[in-house]
Amino acid sequence: MTEALRVTDLSKTFPQAGGLFSPARPGVRAVRPVSFAVEEGETLGIVGESGCGKSTFARMLVGLLPPSSGEIEIEGRRLDNADPAKFGKMIQYVFQDPISSLNPRKTVRQIMEAPLRRLHGMARAERAARIAEIFDSVNLRQEFLDRYPHEFSGGQAQRIGIARALAAAPRILVLDEPVSALDVSVQAQVLNLLAGLKADFNLTYLFISHDLAVVEAVSDRVLVLYFGSVVEIGRAESIFRHPRHPYTRLLADSAPVVGRPLTAPEQKDTELPDPLDPPPGCAFAGRCPRATDLCRQEEPPLRPMGEDQLAACHHPLED
Amino acid sequence: MSKFLALLFRNRLAALGGVVIAVIFVLALITPLLPLQSPDDTDTAHRFLLPFSGGHLLGTDQLGRDLLSRLLWGTRLSLAVGIAAALAAGFVGSAVGIVAGYFGGRTDNVIMRGVDMLMAFPYILLALAIVAALGPGLMNALIAVAAVNVPFFARNIRGITVGLAGREFVDAARLSGKGHIRILLTELLPNVLPVIVVAMSTTVGWMILETAGLSFLGLGAQPPQADLGGMLGEARSAMISSPHTSVVPGVMIFLIVMSINLLGDGVRDALDPRLRSGALSRPKPATDVRRAGPVPEATGALLEVQALETQFHVGRRIYRAVNGVSLAVRPGECLGVIGESGSGKSVTALSVMGLVASPPGVITGGAVRYKGDDLVGAPYGKLRSLRGDRVAYIFQDPLSTLHPLYRIGDQLAEAITAHHGVGGREARQRALKLLRDVRIPNPESRIDNYPHEMSGGMRQRVGIAMALANDPDVIIADEPTTALDVTVQAQILSLLDDLRRDRGLAIVFITHDFGVVGQLCDRVAVMYAGQIVEEGPTQAILDAPAHPYTARLIACVPELGGGRRALAAIPGLPPSVDDLPPGCAFAPRCARAQEGCTAAPIDMREGAVAGTPGRAVRCINPEEAIA
Amino acid sequence: MGRYILRRLISAIPVLLGITVIVFLIMAMIPGNPAQAILGAYATPDNVARINKSLGLDKPLWDRYFIWLWNMLHGDFGRSYSLNRPVIDEVMDRLSATAILAGVSWVVASLLGILAGVISAARQYGLADKLITFVVLIGISIPSFFLGMMMILFFAVRLQWLPASGMYEIYGGGGLGDLARHITMPAIALSVVATGVIARLSRSAMLEVLRQDYIRTARAKGVNERRVIMGHALRAAMVSVIPVLGLQAGFVLSGAVYIEIVFQWPGIGQMLVNAILQRDILLVQGGVVIVAALYVIFNILVDVAQSLLDPRIKT
Repeated sequence: MTEALRVTDLSKTFPQAGGLFSPARPGVRAVRPVSFAVEEGETLGIVGESGCGKSTFARMLVGLLPPSSGEIEIEGRRLDNADPAKFGKMIQYVFQDPISSLNPRKTVRQIMEAPLRRLHGMARAERAARIAEIFDSVNLRQEFLDRYPHEFSGGQAQRIGIARALAAAPRILVLDEPVSALDVSVQAQVLNLLAGLKADFNLTYLFISHDLAVVEAVSDRVLVLYFGSVVEIGRAESIFRHPRHPYTRLLADSAPVVGRPLTAPEQKDTELPDPLDPPPGCAFAGRCPRATDLCRQEEPPLRPMGEDQLAACHHPLED
Repeated sequence: MSKFLALLFRNRLAALGGVVIAVIFVLALITPLLPLQSPDDTDTAHRFLLPFSGGHLLGTDQLGRDLLSRLLWGTRLSLAVGIAAALAAGFVGSAVGIVAGYFGGRTDNVIMRGVDMLMAFPYILLALAIVAALGPGLMNALIAVAAVNVPFFARNIRGITVGLAGREFVDAARLSGKGHIRILLTELLPNVLPVIVVAMSTTVGWMILETAGLSFLGLGAQPPQADLGGMLGEARSAMISSPHTSVVPGVMIFLIVMSINLLGDGVRDALDPRLRSGALSRPKPATDVRRAGPVPEATGALLEVQALETQFHVGRRIYRAVNGVSLAVRPGECLGVIGESGSGKSVTALSVMGLVASPPGVITGGAVRYKGDDLVGAPYGKLRSLRGDRVAYIFQDPLSTLHPLYRIGDQLAEAITAHHGVGGREARQRALKLLRDVRIPNPESRIDNYPHEMSGGMRQRVGIAMALANDPDVIIADEPTTALDVTVQAQILSLLDDLRRDRGLAIVFITHDFGVVGQLCDRVAVMYAGQIVEEGPTQAILDAPAHPYTARLIACVPELGGGRRALAAIPGLPPSVDDLPPGCAFAPRCARAQEGCTAAPIDMREGAVAGTPGRAVRCINPEEAIA
Repeated sequence: MGRYILRRLISAIPVLLGITVIVFLIMAMIPGNPAQAILGAYATPDNVARINKSLGLDKPLWDRYFIWLWNMLHGDFGRSYSLNRPVIDEVMDRLSATAILAGVSWVVASLLGILAGVISAARQYGLADKLITFVVLIGISIPSFFLGMMMILFFAVRLQWLPASGMYEIYGGGGLGDLARHITMPAIALSVVATGVIARLSRSAMLEVLRQDYIRTARAKGVNERRVIMGHALRAAMVSVIPVLGLQAGFVLSGAVYIEIVFQWPGIGQMLVNAILQRDILLVQGGVVIVAALYVIFNILVDVAQSLLDPRIKT
């Protein structure tokens, strides 16, 4: 297996404007240094709740946001300047809100043509053929091409969004909550389409979601983010069954499951730490039932625990 | 475009304005061709002639010049100057605004600081300063008026652009390889253009007024040339002896500005998509009721919805959001109502207390009974006395449903004082207790917080506390955890569950999530396209769904622990509720559909399914037999 | 709160400096010999030399700016050549007249405009709404100077109810009653447009707010409709109305120029127009800078009012 994507120490700090007469304050660390690699053809699931930095992370990967530090390598080639035109042919993005990601005043054809023209410099006839090909593969009818985005349902719009990303012929797709705006009966249509496309086009996926069950169903490996840091990485089939990090377990216990009695999972506090004034040590310590003084002082590093699993915890859970 | 014009001229006032301004425009255009005297020919022997005398239709002015001729030439000048100023200001201002809004950061900062600086002047001071420097004259007045209005355009357009630049389609365009200039011109400009057009059409009148004003002060057009303002200024000294010389240009300015304003408002409304859908109407205190047909008899449940029909009337279209829904809830029971977006579950919930926005919502049939009393069409006073007192609501997004400018303690206290004559101190004590009941830490300090100072989970606890304020009999919870993270959702659900057991509350729980229903609800009703398709005890339905839609929907829900797998989907899309088929709305997507399914409306069948009684299904070919 | 006001005051300093720069640059656009232009008909060689010296016109642009600024900071705005007295004295004499006229008009316009907007929104598409919309449309379309002239013709000349011009009776005038009689017409003529604009904006702000979820929440609590409108909705609508009130203060001040001319009101506007026609540049410069500075301060007060209303603004 070859490596499709390698991320080394990627981080993002948003500077905070100081007042006119006060010194600049330290920035908000949206993503702390993150490193991992994804194999070609793999689906890496990324889960986390609001404020965990998953969208910031995704935007850095596709070049929409310049990282504060770190490197992105795609198939061994380093991408070091945030230029979407350069990134575009390698890695593409599917947005969460399918309607808002399509310009309301452009026809679907105009939207589809942009990447073919700008990234691949295709001529008109070539473009038409390619669009027809892509539309076939995402099960959209040709006559949709001359319509405007508001005429489509969420599921159709999301398929158009996927088609646009595919038009760039990328190696990797970053799927940022691609189905969370969709109804559950339509959600599966899109997920199954994505699974088929991956095989057909030999793609690698980064699948970002807050829905553990969906992530588990589509991913090979899962990465859990909390407050801008990776707290755990492991294989999809085992990470929620045998979590090492208490936060992963909290997530798994919180997901509503038919038949499980309603009890609030064990945790002290539901508040995230203040991003402007992060505590030292482990960010989860305030909510963690296992936290000790060590956790509140020292940030735990990500280290291997058991087979194919890494967790950042001083007091990991046993089986 | 033709749609736009049709909309524009359906607005009769705008049409009137359009006709008036068109006539004035044509007159101004053909003025040189008309058989008029020269506007500058003086005839001091015939000064201040009254209208209709001496061959002068509108009379003469202080130098004996023909007023009609001067009026038309002046109108020509005023229109030209006003429009030129609007175009110049609109063009420069929009360009500045788009650039600042799109690039943001330092560019934006520098530009907007400059704009703020210009807006720090009362506009006329700036105009006067410019005229003072350049010297009086019509061209200089035009420059001054245009310059003074640039900041208004810039700020307005920048605001719109900032909103658009943050939208995902701009990111998508960047990922498609488009550069900044191309994004500005081909992605943003088409979206901003309508706003620019509206801004220009609503300000042309204003610009004409302003240039007329400068001329009136003697700082614009210089004699003998005169625009309308200049004519008015010259006439002022003879205002008392010969008022007609003032009235003629004054009325013309008024006519021009008013017709442009009417037309501009019309353009704005026609371009605003919200107006078409009726979304700009204010919702009335209670939903409109236009009930035809018989009112069902009471059955004696605590709260019951009977054959309820709620529709949205938008233009000529009728959306049947709720189409004959019947539900009942007993004390202490939790009834789940589950459905996908557009199934009518929320509209059903809001219809209970007449909270569906009207217009466009109308309740057209059925009844809602609280302890037997019909609330559909009940007087507002009666609805109000029940709302929040006996039947309370919890809504979805706790940030938008709490008032941003009131402290949460005051909002809680108000829920109590709206129904009970208790003093401020006691209401506060009760509010404090409510916060404790919903397990908010440090309630004494939290009570004076504003909603924006709390996290989503805490805000929803406040929403629940507010619903509990008067110990209601029924709580209607409309997707109360959808906007929350899972870890917070789990806590809110367990809180709700505890509260209902402790207090014997009846809960109607609206959701799209089977996992939540399975954990919380005793009974569940499944909605599709405005109808209930299946109802019964939760566990029984989850174990043996009878309606094909229920079965398919349950199969679609991924559950944690299933490992990597292909997920089930339902082919096709839900129908649009303004165009429902006569029979089963699910038939086109249903694998079990047969001939009779779409022929006629299908009734609910009640009975036992798989040994469990108390079930009801709206299907002629169910997955499980109904006995 | 005190810190917030202080911070706003400090942040006004660059704005005030910016205003002086803009005014200075505009005045530097005067073509030809500035002294000649300033003096116009009074350009005797003697006067030209005096001006050149007092303004340091032989020096580079920025030096001249800083000299001018320095003098202003010491209260020296130069001397008006047409009136032959210090600019600051003339401006101060006339400032109160303008402040009274514009202030009364602004308060009237704000109160009436908000009231009309709220009624209009609460009765959307009803008779009151249509009536208000119609009157407002006429109000914002009629030139205030024309309206003023017509009012003089009708109420002063024809009916002889109110005096046609001035601020007080020339003989035996003075006192509040006299002022009230004189100010009625100009204040009405001046406030009509602003009332219309504020009414329109209040109406649309109210309609916008009434659609919000928190209004539905208030109704779901059982709060009565009067309180929903006058409490919940109006309070939220004021968040977008207050900045408009601040902006309209600028428009009222601007409109005052016309009204002062029409009604012979002895205010700054009248002074500025005469100064421009007389090419009395120092008087224009001084008047513009002082009024603009006061307007900036006024807008800080508006911001403070806004921050009192809206807790989301960081104080």
